[in-house]
Amino acid sequence: MTNHYNDFKNSDVILNMGGNVAENHPVSFKWIQAAKDKGATFIHVDPRFTRTSAKADIFVRLRSGTDIAFLGGMIKYLIENNMVDEFYVKNYTNASFIVNPRYSFDDGLFSGYDPTKRAYDRSTWALEKDEQGIPRRDMTLQDPRCVFQLLKKHYARYTLQKVSEITGTPTVDLEKVYKAYGSTYTPDKAGTVLYAMGWTQHTVGVQNIRTMAIIQDLLGNMGIAGGGVNALRGESNVQGSTDAALLFHIIPGYMPTPRAPWATLEDYNKTTPSSKDPRSINWWKNRPKYLVSYLKAMYGGKSTKENDFGYTWMPKLDAGQDASWLNLFDEMFKGTFTGFFAWGMNPACSSAHAGKVRQALTKLDWMVNVNVFDSETGSFWKGPGMDPKKIKTEVFQLPCAAFLEKEGSVSNSGRWMQWRYKCANPPGAAMPDGDIMFELFKKVRALYEKNKGAFPEPILSLKWDYETSGHFDIHKVAKEINGYDLTTGKLMVNFVGLKDDGTTSCGNWLYSGSYTEAGNMAARRKKADPTGLGLYPEWSWCWPLNRRIIYNRASVDLDGNPRNPKRPLIKWDAEGKKWVGDVPDNAVPPMGTNGAYPFIMKPDGVASLFGPGLNDGPFPEHYEPLECPIEKNLMSNQRINPVIKVFEGGLDTFTTCDPKYPFVCTTYRVTEHWQTGVLTRWLPWLIEAEPQMFCEMSLELAKLREIKNGDRVRVESSRGKVEAVAIVTSRWKPFNIAGQTIHQVGLPWHYGWLHPKDGGESVNLLTPTIGDPNTMIPESKAFMVNVRKVTRQPATTKKIEKKG
Amino acid sequence: MKITRRSFLKISGATAAGTVMGGLGFDLSPVESYAQELRIKGAKENLTVCCYCSVGCGIIVHTDSGGKVINAEGDPDHPISEGSLCAKGASSYQIAVNSSRLQKVLYRAPYSTAWKEVKWEWALEKIAANIKKSRDASFMEKNAAGQVVNRTNGIASVGSAALDNEECWLYSKMLRALGLIYIEHQARI
Repeated sequence: MTNHYNDFKNSDVILNMGGNVAENHPVSFKWIQAAKDKGATFIHVDPRFTRTSAKADIFVRLRSGTDIAFLGGMIKYLIENNMVDEFYVKNYTNASFIVNPRYSFDDGLFSGYDPTKRAYDRSTWALEKDEQGIPRRDMTLQDPRCVFQLLKKHYARYTLQKVSEITGTPTVDLEKVYKAYGSTYTPDKAGTVLYAMGWTQHTVGVQNIRTMAIIQDLLGNMGIAGGGVNALRGESNVQGSTDAALLFHIIPGYMPTPRAPWATLEDYNKTTPSSKDPRSINWWKNRPKYLVSYLKAMYGGKSTKENDFGYTWMPKLDAGQDASWLNLFDEMFKGTFTGFFAWGMNPACSSAHAGKVRQALTKLDWMVNVNVFDSETGSFWKGPGMDPKKIKTEVFQLPCAAFLEKEGSVSNSGRWMQWRYKCANPPGAAMPDGDIMFELFKKVRALYEKNKGAFPEPILSLKWDYETSGHFDIHKVAKEINGYDLTTGKLMVNFVGLKDDGTTSCGNWLYSGSYTEAGNMAARRKKADPTGLGLYPEWSWCWPLNRRIIYNRASVDLDGNPRNPKRPLIKWDAEGKKWVGDVPDNAVPPMGTNGAYPFIMKPDGVASLFGPGLNDGPFPEHYEPLECPIEKNLMSNQRINPVIKVFEGGLDTFTTCDPKYPFVCTTYRVTEHWQTGVLTRWLPWLIEAEPQMFCEMSLELAKLREIKNGDRVRVESSRGKVEAVAIVTSRWKPFNIAGQTIHQVGLPWHYGWLHPKDGGESVNLLTPTIGDPNTMIPESKAFMVNVRKVTRQPATTKKIEKKG
Repeated sequence: MKITRRSFLKISGATAAGTVMGGLGFDLSPVESYAQELRIKGAKENLTVCCYCSVGCGIIVHTDSGGKVINAEGDPDHPISEGSLCAKGASSYQIAVNSSRLQKVLYRAPYSTAWKEVKWEWALEKIAANIKKSRDASFMEKNAAGQVVNRTNGIASVGSAALDNEECWLYSKMLRALGLIYIEHQARI
């Protein structure tokens, strides 16, 4: 999130799209209610009517996988109706920047497309620079090659009629949403968007969010109280685990993973983002300091200037190599790995195409599974269709402490890092995960100390000293993440003091400032709220630098005065020569004096309406999901995103416009369960409330398939099938897509064969192996299925009939 | 009053009975709230944050003098949740008090049809040996292009957004020291 949960109350218009905030983030709804109580408008856009829709002032439906069309139409509407924050767009976005004359867009393809590689050469998307290397601009926004004019041209095609035909949303509903949300273009109004996996789990996931980011920039809604682009993330620490880079492509603090062509630290640092514009802070220019400090936290005293601080010990990806989730399991299926850790995860149910994942697990020599409860992953070898006598995989199931049985911090979606205390001892032999890791690595190191092995240096050199009085001490880890000034031995105050000469260490620069000589900032519980905006600067701590709303200098005018005097987030104190309010992003004077652009993490210092860095285009464009119900994309002749990686062969199958699988299917959650249900299905109170798999469908579809409420149905894709109880409901309605009636169904993804016995299977047996071309997040929110009534009679019914 | 398991059960029973009788038209709410108070009277308050979604609601976990979890409820001082919890957060007591919890280190040998209970020491030593074997067999110092890559191709990891920040850092540190590149978790899906 650019903003945070309490900040919802500062909004005038709240849009929840690609999510179901009332059911999936229930407690946060109180801040939406607080905004509504002050007169705010709450909009929900979703394929299905949910409890969120029930509380919405405006609810409209769209077919799954058509969000770019919906939002592209909004861009057109805003520009045509002058509902654009002109000051903001000119000063704080790249609207005025001039694009390379070779840039073009034609029939669904941007310039530079290579059909054989299914990839773009992005050189024609570059922004023009002058002799000094500074981007060329036209502040009148009239140049036909300026970003604003190209944006206007690109979305001119997204007419109400066309959008309506694609999304199935009536034009009157589209206009209702566009008008209401567009009303936030004036500086005294704030609009915020709350999204979740309904936007990310698509082959156009990144561009879904970018379309909304463009809208937020046009309306001047970024960097302000009550604004922002806000991901409602699904797990208590998925923000923190991402920050800590438990992902192939980054190392902690969003630095890129070293790659083979960057053999030395110097080579790596050559890729540091740069800007020649003196008004662009380009914060990433500091990356070399964060990298060396990271390497010092990794290898401690063994990390020296002479050995490139241990950079060579870091594992490196090949150029262009993608080791993301879907590829990982594809490689596992092919037999690439002998060993596997599933640590606090249940991929046998959580992964797209879970049937393939379960088969992949049989190809391993060994697997370590660490969890609080048993799961379909740990026990995969005795699952449906498995013969344990034929499965070689050696499995270790390690019991770990639950959240309330250990001490440590978690970062919520609003980037608040909150400390949790140990409340009780874990049961039986269960141990905190940190203790397990600590002990395990010591054992591995002992083996390498004793016996020869491949390239032992990084193992033997790793700094692994977390004991206090003979016990593993999580505070020592927290301090290592915060970092030290190695010349004084004192904890770093924050990342501003980090250096690239080896005199500082820091595990994750973003978290520097979280555990200082003044104490554990994440454990703070003071509730002062000096701005009245609910920033609570002394409650817990948030990255970066305890800044509660990022890019907050975009909330002021060129003199540093709040553009919205009703909700001043920061203000320049000209006499004191300092900012007052939230921690400024960052502490340079206002733009009107000798200040700098507000978007300090972007090389050009401004928000990108035109985004030349993505794999699938500088502007978002509507493409159909890989599996879709219509033969032709109504926007162009490119039916699917032209750069997605299509997995073929083996168990990977796809069907589109196939009469065998005529219905659109999507997946979602219920309030009473979480993820694959590992932490909820075993809780009696929760499983009683939501005991089994269901399939929701419209009255019309139920009639078509002769299904009654409560019937058992089989839902089937080309990859697998699940059984579910039919819920026939007006929460679903058929869509009118270009004159054709399209039905959609939805299923929750919390169940699995292990427990409860009659709870049903994972819906991910149905989902395809296909991902977004930028992130490789699977397309689990739009695929094609068939739904049929299961005619088998329950045994009890038969008995009664006989007696009768 | 010291809460023993026996008195706790007695109080719970009284509460349940009170609810039933409430249907007869008697106002028994004072009895109920008194019983609620007794349940956590003298208990220790421990502060934590919910383990489910990313809102980060505050939870107070009450433990008895023996350290046993006897209650979990919303933290009224917490600025985001202000004492509220959803159905999941309000059930988090049952994570601590749950007979289905994994409490043993379990091992399933190749081609075996059952789990076997083992000791931590044995399991960790065997896992460490497996790691070394897989790593040594698959370690690649240079790729096909002759570039230094220093990576372990034969081991992959997924996990975890359910870990604390400090554990995430430790895990990331350990895996990268081992040379893994196939490092993924929930954030990707």
